[in-house]
Amino acid sequence: MTRQAKTWLVIGAVFVALLVARGMIGQGLGRVYVKRTDVTVTLPDTAAVNSAAAGAASASASASTSASTSASTSASTTAVSAPATAPSITSTSLASGTTMSWQEWKQVPPLEFIAAQKANPAQTEITMSWPRTIGLWLAAFFTLAIFSFLYADNPFYKIAESLVVGVSAAYWGVIGFWDTLVPKMFGALTPGLVKSLVQPSLVAPEMLQQISMVFALILGVMMLWRLLPRGGWISAWPLAFIVGVTAGLKIVSHVESDLMAQAAATMKPLVVSVTDASGATNMWDSWWASVANVLLVTGVICCLAYFFFSVEHKGVVGGAARVGIWYLMITFGASFGFTVMGRIALLAARVEFLFDDWLWLIDPNHFRGL
Amino acid sequence: MKRIIPMWIAIIAGFAMMLSSFVPLAESAGEMFADVFNVVAAIAFVLGAGSLAKQHLEKLSRRDAGWGYSVITLGSFLITLFIGMLKIGIHPNPSFPQAAYSGSNDAEGSAWSWIYEYMITPLTSTMFALLAFFVASAAFRAFRAKNTEAILLLVTAFIVLLGRTFAGVVLTGWFPDWASGLRLENLSIYVMQVFNTAGNRAIMIGIALGVAATGLRILFGIDRSWLGGGDA
Repeated sequence: MTRQAKTWLVIGAVFVALLVARGMIGQGLGRVYVKRTDVTVTLPDTAAVNSAAAGAASASASASTSASTSASTSASTTAVSAPATAPSITSTSLASGTTMSWQEWKQVPPLEFIAAQKANPAQTEITMSWPRTIGLWLAAFFTLAIFSFLYADNPFYKIAESLVVGVSAAYWGVIGFWDTLVPKMFGALTPGLVKSLVQPSLVAPEMLQQISMVFALILGVMMLWRLLPRGGWISAWPLAFIVGVTAGLKIVSHVESDLMAQAAATMKPLVVSVTDASGATNMWDSWWASVANVLLVTGVICCLAYFFFSVEHKGVVGGAARVGIWYLMITFGASFGFTVMGRIALLAARVEFLFDDWLWLIDPNHFRGL
Repeated sequence: MKRIIPMWIAIIAGFAMMLSSFVPLAESAGEMFADVFNVVAAIAFVLGAGSLAKQHLEKLSRRDAGWGYSVITLGSFLITLFIGMLKIGIHPNPSFPQAAYSGSNDAEGSAWSWIYEYMITPLTSTMFALLAFFVASAAFRAFRAKNTEAILLLVTAFIVLLGRTFAGVVLTGWFPDWASGLRLENLSIYVMQVFNTAGNRAIMIGIALGVAATGLRILFGIDRSWLGGGDA
């Protein structure tokens, strides 16, 4: 065993010993408690729903839905009737009037568990959640594994890094599937399936919408062609579509929101008169507001002069460009300060997670009554 | 043919999008193109996932150095995909109980939310938090107050950093009321509202002009570099 390996072994052993010791002090550490909620749902009469949906006003449908939703959150045991005026149900494998029930588990602070235990030691409504507790410990492990990179690249960091890649790729793929492909593409091409399995409120697609989605599907398949060993050039067609749409969208949106809007916002009065509540002019505030506007307008013009390369930066243009550089340096300094602050805020959040949620050493939210 | 057709696809799609912003009659066509764009972009995720799987499977079959990490990547990818696509542990929406997949993926207590809360959040936020150390280290090594520009950058960064923390308030809190504008928290606001706004505004105007120029070059077929193989 190398000297470095021995050092890490000793550090790891000390850390585990400290964790075990911490677990034996006070309320322990790193546990997640959940509260059970029983949900019972009664399926509506399909025939009645369909006839009601045909003639019912949409206002009453929304009122019924919101009523049943609020009922589901008001008590630990709830009975929810599916909305009587829900959108038309095309097919269901369950008979009308069937009752479905399941349990939902909401995370609660440890203080609630302690209070519930004091009131009734045999209660089972609030319990420790093993999956979430294991998740909490895994999250702590991942946090420490990534921070270990500050010392040197190591297997723990590489494991965490590999997980980030795998999980993130699948995460965004799933989000794209359920949020875009299912409602837009499958909703247009296989509306019956989507309506019965995912979205009963789906509005029947129009012919043009279906044609456009067939076009999208063809482009999508052509894009996936890139994965095959031959005919990779076919994927240039969907890429061309993406490039064209992006260019068309961005030209308009950037000119509208950046060029026009920003230029309009810079058209400010250089002499400002600020009045107080009594209607009298406040000289000091007026002076400062005027200076601010002059500095702002000057800054924008000088920065643009610096970006204007068609004229040599000499004389007046050169002077303006120089002032523009100063403004830009101040902007970069402010951006740097903000970036550092953002990262430090994230770091503080991770440290708080370790010390509060995991080790239970601090209790800023008074979740454990410390 | 391999270059002409894609170029015309880009031109037609781009002009259709632009027209839809100016001609009310073409609005629906623009929306249709936008929907197709969103779907193709979502399918691009499948391409990305496929490419990732292909690369790691090749690494695995060759037994390259560090192939064990490819197993972890592939394993976590497949498990997350399986849980997310099948909505494991997600109950139907109480308003539509007959639709088995009507429940939201974000439902508390589901396997998907477990992955998000205990894997994605700690992993990604710690990765970004790690940058705090590297940014500070790089700044310490690179920033030297050698000239006016560097001094302006450094001073502004300090004003913004201190002005937005309790330390800044403590440091200059004793300034009398008539000099309250010089307190770090007020200086920070002034820098952000005037100097930073001016600089950012000019940058945004420059970007907008650049985007418009590049977009028009693509839509008129002048810039074909995106097709690959040079500017021909």
